Amino acid sequence: MSSMKRWLPHPDVSAVLLIVWLLLNHTVSIGHLLLGAVLGVLIPKFTKRFFPEPVYIKRGAVLIRFAATVAWDILVASIAVARLTLDPRSRPAPGFARVSVSLADDFALTALAGTVSLTPGTVSARLSPDRKHLLIHVLDLDDESALIQDIKQRYEAPIKEIFQC
Amino acid sequence: MFEFISAILILLGASFALIGSIGLVRFPDIYTRLHGPTKVTTLGLGGLLLGSMIYMFLQGEGVAVRELLIIGFLFLTAPVSAHLVAKAALHRRCRSVCGLPDRDADS
Amino acid sequence: MLNVSINIALTMLALAMGCNLWRLLRGPDVTDRVLALDTLYINAVALLVLLDTADGKPLFYEAAILIALLGFVGTVAFAKFLLRGDIIE
Repeated sequence: MSSMKRWLPHPDVSAVLLIVWLLLNHTVSIGHLLLGAVLGVLIPKFTKRFFPEPVYIKRGAVLIRFAATVAWDILVASIAVARLTLDPRSRPAPGFARVSVSLADDFALTALAGTVSLTPGTVSARLSPDRKHLLIHVLDLDDESALIQDIKQRYEAPIKEIFQC
Repeated sequence: MFEFISAILILLGASFALIGSIGLVRFPDIYTRLHGPTKVTTLGLGGLLLGSMIYMFLQGEGVAVRELLIIGFLFLTAPVSAHLVAKAALHRRCRSVCGLPDRDADS
Repeated sequence: MLNVSINIALTMLALAMGCNLWRLLRGPDVTDRVLALDTLYINAVALLVLLDTADGKPLFYEAAILIALLGFVGTVAFAKFLLRGDIIE
């Protein structure tokens, strides 16, 4: 067990590295499998100190449902922004809004900020130093409290459930 | 049939990329300009790559799984670069049409 | 039909890159230029992939993924520079 931890500190990172290597070379020949496996062992081993706390996904089913929601929302949000861009009469009312977040894990915070940037007409702009508030810029702000509620229950709650933090 | 889907995806993707860039030109300040490239252009590229994958498959080049690598990478990096550009703009106190938030929470 | 759609898409991408270039040259602030450059990178990736599709052979794939990677790193470095006045801490 301890030797396994020594050689493969991050088994998931190793697996991703191997898969990416095979995809880049576009082959599954035995030589590239071996080379990819060696890289998958060596790179996490030598970059171990740069990794923050390991991330554990606790609820896989929630993650899949969340990913589907986000994919659909990206589509809807992009069409909304495209309409605002193309309609010459549109006068969007941009504004800043501050969302309070209560996620303990850095990775979960990153996931939330990324989701917010990709989805509902908002871009995350700044995280307060105490990690309690996320400042977002909204392209068309008409109801600030409704938007904040929407972000909290649509994105923050599932992320919280997935990482259990 | 698949050729049709592929053509539609490529056209939709390219028009979304164009709309994102139009947003970059049209909107009044840096914060609003961020929205077009991050959301619309990224989605457009996703559609274009999917269409290209289907087309390559029809050409008998095999399933080009590698295009998925570009899609995944772009969807991971687009929000990160948008966040950093927004942060840099706030740091430099760039002009905004809606008034800047106060500095209190700045690092 | 596909050839026609690919040609239309190429034209659209060229227009999009023209828009980005306009913003890159005009951009009132340096952050606008960074954003324009980032979008230009993404559109260049799209253009290369589309050229591949037009040829039916994956010739430019490596170039596309390199531009995607380096474009991201470049944008992050620029933003860090604007934030700190320094890239390497």
